[in-house]
Amino acid sequence: MPESLPLKACVAAAERPRPASLTDLFWSFTWLALQGFGGVLAIVQRELVEKKQWLTREEFLEDWAVAQILPGPNVVNLSLMIGDRYFGWRGALVALAGMLTFPLVIVLVLAAVFTGISDAPGVQGALRGMGAVAAGLITATGLKLISALKTNVMGRVVCGALGVATFTAIALLHVPLAWVLLSVGGLACVWAYRQLGLSALQGTKT
Amino acid sequence: MMLTLTASDWLALLIHFLSLSLLAVGGAISTAPDMHRYLVDEQHWLGDVQFTSSVALAQAAPGPNVLFVALLGWNVGMNAGGGISAGASAWPYAALGVLLALIGILVPSTTLTFAAARWGHQNRELRAVRAFKQGMAPIVIALLIATGWILAVSYGNSVQNWPLWLLTAVTGLLIWRTRLHLLWLLAAGGLLGWLGWI
Repeated sequence: MPESLPLKACVAAAERPRPASLTDLFWSFTWLALQGFGGVLAIVQRELVEKKQWLTREEFLEDWAVAQILPGPNVVNLSLMIGDRYFGWRGALVALAGMLTFPLVIVLVLAAVFTGISDAPGVQGALRGMGAVAAGLITATGLKLISALKTNVMGRVVCGALGVATFTAIALLHVPLAWVLLSVGGLACVWAYRQLGLSALQGTKT
Repeated sequence: MMLTLTASDWLALLIHFLSLSLLAVGGAISTAPDMHRYLVDEQHWLGDVQFTSSVALAQAAPGPNVLFVALLGWNVGMNAGGGISAGASAWPYAALGVLLALIGILVPSTTLTFAAARWGHQNRELRAVRAFKQGMAPIVIALLIATGWILAVSYGNSVQNWPLWLLTAVTGLLIWRTRLHLLWLLAAGGLLGWLGWI
């Protein structure tokens, strides 16, 4: 290793773009939430990682893993964590409010309007079309993030095998998420723990 | 649909959502079957159609899907306030329903996340914390791709649905390879569907 990890992280953190204020945070998350038809996650990746660059792909994956495994809505958990990182508990509350306030108003207005028009064939068709786009959107987000695995301590082959096992269990066999996280996830964490130990050992030798 | 809710009924509504919050691993939608059991079958506070359309609408609308819980609360409140025919006089009840439902489903899980994420961030150099993050990374990616797959096949995987599959595939390629704004793609998908082409 050319330089120690904490130093690298410090330099990266100092140069990295970040939300300018609580107001910026609120509107950023409002804008994210309002773009998220059929799930906000793909938008979070595009806006916060690719455009604003508040997070790297690796950090996004790490935060997302935590948000996913804890109970509660994933994107709500994620917004809370990101808000907290920059502005403490006030940031967490503001990010949460941004994520929920305007979408809540919209969904209530839609509910009032929708009772009359939900059966129209045009509306049903539009929902189908947007659903198909959302499917492509989420898949592509996953494909993009694969590049973040290059630095993973478990190596490409093991990462690939774990990914295939997870996909098969969830998408094809419809195994409940909690079981997959406990079995495949547990195995992966144990393996990563072992590999981290080995690489630390090699690091001290060379 | 009309009903009368006592103060203890409102409290029971809040407690129901509070009790489900920490069980909602993988999102609030994973507890929807239990909400249906309680609100529709057991208490008869909601009709079946009200329940299903609340879920469908929140999925289709922008924003986190957890908002279907707010719609459930809204509908329970509307029913308690005299139904749609009662008009604006039912809105305070509906608003109370939204408030209780959202507080119930969000407060326990967000409090836990807040504490756990802080702990994880402060101890991010710990070998166990790093192992968790490194180990979960490929699984999280596979879960995303699996979610896309499940959404795609939810419209049926028969041959006559090939235009939907094509749209999904083209969207995937465009997102992967270009920086086209996502809203354009969603609008295009909505338009194609509205015109009945897919």
